[in-house]
Amino acid sequence: MDKKHYMTTIGLEIHLQLSTKTKAFCGCVNEFGKEPNTAVCPVCLGLPGSLPVLNKEYFYRAIKVALSLNCTVSGRMRFDRKNYFYPDLPKNYQISQYDMPLSNKGYLDIVTAQGLKRIGITRVHMEEDAGKLIHDENGVFSLIDLNRTGTPLLEIVSEPDISSPEEAHLYLKNLKSLLEYLDVSDCNMEEGSLRCDANISIRQKQQKELGTKVELKNMNSFKGVKRALEYEQKRQLETISAGEEIVQETRLWNEDKKRTEPMRTKEEAHDYRYFPDPDLADFTISQDIVEKIRESLPEMPQVKCSRFKNEYNLSEYDASVLIMDKCMSDFFEHCVKLYAQPKSIANWLIGELQSYLNEHNSEFKFLSITPLHLTGMIGLIDKGVISNKMAKGILVEILSTGKTAENIVKEKGLSQLTDQSAIQELAYEVLKENPKVKDDYISGKRNALGFLVGQLMKKTQGKANPVVANQMLKYIIEKDKT
Amino acid sequence: MNNFCEFSVYQLLECIRKDNVKATDIAHSVIDRYNNIEPKVSGFAHFDKDILLERAAILDSQSREEHSPAGSMLFKIPVVVKDNICVYDELTTCASKILEGFRPPYDATVVKKLKESGALLVGKANMDEFAFGSSCETSCYGPTKNPYDSERIPGGSSGGSAALTASDQTVLALGSDTGGSIRQPAALCGVVGLKPTYGRVSRYGLIAFGSSLDQIGPITRDVTDCAMLLNIIAGYDEMDSTSADTAVPDYTKALLDDVKGLRIGIPKEYFIDGLDQDVRARIDDAILVLKELGAKFKEISLPHTEYAVSVYYIVGCSEASSNLARFDGVKYGFRRQAESGKQSLIDMCKDTRGAGFGLEAKRRIILGTYSLSSGYYDAYYLKAQKVRTLIKKDFEKAFSDCDIILTPTVPTPAFKIGEKIKDPLSMYLSDIFTIPANLAGIPAISLPCGYSNDGLPIGLQLMAKHFDEETLIRAAYTYEQNSKWKRIKPKL
Repeated sequence: MDKKHYMTTIGLEIHLQLSTKTKAFCGCVNEFGKEPNTAVCPVCLGLPGSLPVLNKEYFYRAIKVALSLNCTVSGRMRFDRKNYFYPDLPKNYQISQYDMPLSNKGYLDIVTAQGLKRIGITRVHMEEDAGKLIHDENGVFSLIDLNRTGTPLLEIVSEPDISSPEEAHLYLKNLKSLLEYLDVSDCNMEEGSLRCDANISIRQKQQKELGTKVELKNMNSFKGVKRALEYEQKRQLETISAGEEIVQETRLWNEDKKRTEPMRTKEEAHDYRYFPDPDLADFTISQDIVEKIRESLPEMPQVKCSRFKNEYNLSEYDASVLIMDKCMSDFFEHCVKLYAQPKSIANWLIGELQSYLNEHNSEFKFLSITPLHLTGMIGLIDKGVISNKMAKGILVEILSTGKTAENIVKEKGLSQLTDQSAIQELAYEVLKENPKVKDDYISGKRNALGFLVGQLMKKTQGKANPVVANQMLKYIIEKDKT
Repeated sequence: MNNFCEFSVYQLLECIRKDNVKATDIAHSVIDRYNNIEPKVSGFAHFDKDILLERAAILDSQSREEHSPAGSMLFKIPVVVKDNICVYDELTTCASKILEGFRPPYDATVVKKLKESGALLVGKANMDEFAFGSSCETSCYGPTKNPYDSERIPGGSSGGSAALTASDQTVLALGSDTGGSIRQPAALCGVVGLKPTYGRVSRYGLIAFGSSLDQIGPITRDVTDCAMLLNIIAGYDEMDSTSADTAVPDYTKALLDDVKGLRIGIPKEYFIDGLDQDVRARIDDAILVLKELGAKFKEISLPHTEYAVSVYYIVGCSEASSNLARFDGVKYGFRRQAESGKQSLIDMCKDTRGAGFGLEAKRRIILGTYSLSSGYYDAYYLKAQKVRTLIKKDFEKAFSDCDIILTPTVPTPAFKIGEKIKDPLSMYLSDIFTIPANLAGIPAISLPCGYSNDGLPIGLQLMAKHFDEETLIRAAYTYEQNSKWKRIKPKL
C-alpha cells in the first residue's frame, strides 16, 4: 500500500487560559503557582448558595480573540451547564457554552511550503477551568487543589482542514503568535495555560467520507503535538496496510516512549445533560461593544508582515519569520530606530539568535539582550573592528554575560587587525613561505588566493580583517609581477 | 413575662423605644416561648439559646444609631430564617442529612441585610428537605406541626417559618418559594406570605432548588410587617446575576386602604371541581368585601394553567438535579466512608448520596436527570420551557386589562400528617394555584381570609405584574383592614 494514496485529516481543539486579573465568575485572583487552595472563595468552591457572576474582562478578552480569528461574534450568547461527576469540579458541573456560544465560523491563515492555507475555526467559546487532582500512588487518597477552578478558558475548535502534522505545528505557532499580539494569555503549554487535543484520521484520496478518527491527548508542547500526530499518522497507515480497522478511541501521547497509547480507563459514552445555566441570564452582545473592541485590536501579525516588507525592504521570508514572535519583531523595530540597517539586524535575529533559541529550547522574551547590545555589535562589524565570524562568538558572550560587544572586544583584545602595515608585513611572510601557491595563483588558479588568506588569518589568530588581507595579498602579487 | 413575639414590628419598636426594652429581654422571651410551645410545633431546624443570647448582648452594647447610621429599621426585632439560607458559621442544612454539620463561611445577601438592619436572628426554620415538598414531612429532623391542629401539616416547604410565625415564636420569618413554598404554608398556618418578583430579592446564599424559580420572601402575621421586611431584603445584588437592577420603592408607602377602581381578574381555571367548599366560600366572601370597597371584578382566562404542575416538575427537577450534584461528600457535610477504607472516590460519592438524600430528593434528582438526558431533553425539558413561555404569555395577556389576579392559595385547608406523603402526585397538586406565579416570575401574596368549618386557616392569593409588589401590598392591606372575620390565635 502506498502512502501517497492516502490523505490525513486533522482537527485541533485548543483550551486557552486567559490571563485576566480575576477568575471567570468570581473575584479570586487568577494566578499560576500559588499555595494549593489559597485562591478560592465560596463561588469557585461551589459552596451551596453561591452564584456565578461573569467577569467583564474575561468577556472582552474572549471577544478580542474571536475577532482576531475572524469569527462572527453572536448577538446573543448563553452559558450552559455541562454535568458530570468528578471531584476536580466542585459543583459537579462545568459552566460552558453549548448551542449559543460567543462566536462561530472564523479562520486562521498559515503559510505552508505550498503557499497560503486557510484553516477554518468552527467556534470560540467560553468555559471555566476545573481544579487539579493528585492521586496517591498507593490509591489510598487523592489531593485536590482548587486554585485553578473557575479560571477563564477559551475553547478554540478548528475545522478538520489541517492535512499534516507539519501544518498542525504551523497552525499552533501562528495561533500562539496571534494570541501573544493580543496579550490575552501566557500561552504556556508546560504550565497548562494552553492545552491542545487533536483528532486525526486517514483515508484513501478518492474516498469522500472521513476515516475513523482517533482523539489524541496529553501532549505538552507544540513539538509534542507534532510528534504525536506523526506517530499516529504512521500507526494508522500501518494498521490499514495490515488490513486491520482503526478503532475510534482516545489515545494518550507518551512523551518518554514517543508513542500514543490507548487510554487505560474505558471511556464511557458521556451524557453531559447540557442545559442553560439558570444562574446566568442570556447575554446580549451589543454591536457597539464588538466594534469598539475591534477598533482597539493591536496590529495583527499579517499586517505587520506587509508593513515590514514595505517599510524596511525585507524579503517575504525575513518579515514572516520576524513577525511570528511579537517580542522579536518589537525588538527589531527598536534596533532599527537605533541603527538604520534593517537587513543586517533582521539577519542576525532570524539567523544567529533564532538558532541560539532553538539550541537552548528557549523563547526570545527570556533573552537578556537589548537592542543596544545588538546594534552596538553590528556597528563594530560595519566599522571593520570585528569580523562576522568573531561577532558570532561575541554574541554568545553577550547572551551569557549581558556585557556590551565593545567591552568584550576590549577585555579579550579581540579587535580585528586593520593596520595596513602590520598586515603587509605578514602578507610578505605568507608569500615567502608558500611560493608554489603564489605561482598557482599567478598561473590562473583563482582559489589559490583563499589558501593564502587562510594562512594570513592563522598568523593573526583570526584577527585580521579578511577583506584587507585579501586585497593586500592581491596587491603584493600584482606588484611583484611587474 | 411579656411575649414580645406577639407584637407587630411597629408595636415592638415602640415598646423598645418607650420602655427601653433590651434585646436580651426579647431573647429571653423568645427562649421562654420556645420552651413552652416548640415541643408542640417543632418549627425549628436549629435553635441555639447561647448564640441567641450572645447576639442579643451584642445588640444591647450598641445604640440603634451606632449599629447602623442608615436606620437599623429592624433593631432588636426577632427574625427566623429558613434552613436553606446561609448564615455565617451557623448550621445551614436544608433539613437534609447530606448537609449534616455544614456551617457556611459566608452570609446570604438577605442575612447580611438583616444583620445590618439590626434584626435579632433567632434560629433556622424547619423545612422540607431541600424545599422538596408541600408538607414539611420530608425534613430529616421530622415534621413540623400545624399550630392550629398538631395532627396536621403546616404546609411546605417553608412550614417551619410559617408555623413559628403563627405560633408567636418569632415576629418575622424568611421563607423561600419555588412553587408555592412561602404562600402555601402561610395560607395553611393563617399568616401572610409574599413571593416577590423573580429578581427582586437576591438569591445569593439561598441553597438552590430550582434556580429559575426560587425567590426568598417574608412570612409575617400582617401585611404591614410584610412590607417592612420586604423593604429590608429587596434590591439589586452584584453577587446575583439574576437580580434586577431596578429601583426599590418604599413598600410601606403602599400600605393604603384603597382599592377603588382596582381591576381584579378572577381566572376561571382556578375555580375547579376539586376546590374545597369552605375555601370557595371564604374566597367568595373576600371578593364581596373588595367589591364593596370599589374594586372592579372580571372573569379572566389563563388557558395553560392545567400544564403548570407538569412544567414545574420538569423544569424544577431538572435544575435541582444539577444544583444538588455538588453534594458528594468530598468537600463538606455528610460523608459515608467505607469501614474497610477501600472505597473508590466515585463509590464514596455514590454511598454518600445514597445515604444522605431522602426519598423525595432522590425522586426529584432522578426525574430531573431523566428530563435532561439525551434523547429525552427535547420531549421533556425543552417542551416544558416552551409551555412555560405560553404560561407567561397567559399572564401578560391577562394583565393587559387587570391589575390584580385573585385566586385561592391552596385548594384545601391543611391535610393530616401522613395523609399524602405516600402519594406524591396528590401532594404535588397542593401547589396547583401557586406554581404559575413562579413559572411566570410574577409577585404573589397569600393572606388569611378566614377559617374552614373545622377552624383551619384559609388563604387568599393575589398576583400582580412583574415588580408591582406595591399594588399587591395595597390590595392585600385594604382587604386586611376591611375583612369581617375575627382572627383566632391557635390554641397551644
